[in-house]
Amino acid sequence: MIIARILGTVVATQKDERLAGKKLLIVKPINLDGTDQSGYIVAVDTVGAGFHEKVLIVAGSSARLAEGNKDCPVDSAIVGVIDSYEVNEKE
Amino acid sequence: MQLARVIGTVVSTVKNESLEGRKFLIVQTLNHDLQPTGKPQIALDAVGAGAGELVFWCRGKEASFPFKRDSTPTDCTIVGIVDSDSHVFVNGKRKTESRK
Repeated sequence: MIIARILGTVVATQKDERLAGKKLLIVKPINLDGTDQSGYIVAVDTVGAGFHEKVLIVAGSSARLAEGNKDCPVDSAIVGVIDSYEVNEKE
Repeated sequence: MQLARVIGTVVSTVKNESLEGRKFLIVQTLNHDLQPTGKPQIALDAVGAGAGELVFWCRGKEASFPFKRDSTPTDCTIVGIVDSDSHVFVNGKRKTESRK
């Protein structure tokens, strides 16, 4: 899983019927120090995340296992909103 | 599977129902010399690992197998704790305690 922040939304009317009702968000992966990584990901939101929030992204076939994503053609899902994280690299 | 060091924790209250009660840890993957390689990742904990421990983690869909395998969305799970750095052998040579 990776940490990302939410950049924006995607609106799509024509899509696979199993994606109907799903919220698609554009997210940017970030480093632990808060700086952006390159690239972006379009992910399906399963938790009701909002703009600028830091979220947890699951990639690959596991994204399909999230509650609400069963049998959906999805390879990235937002599975959690991050309250805080703590890094202790010295340990 | 890859060796990694647990370097932190993540707190998340609002999360997918299927992740309720699970613990997230930040892991830094290590190479065979136990030096950091690649970017840190967030892993789900299946074994009760703690900060600073040397662990190994599993990627991909198999990462959900320690839990309810058809309904746990994780692509990175800690599946074992290495007893200590000196239990890692490469080419028959023991890795000594080399925490940086």
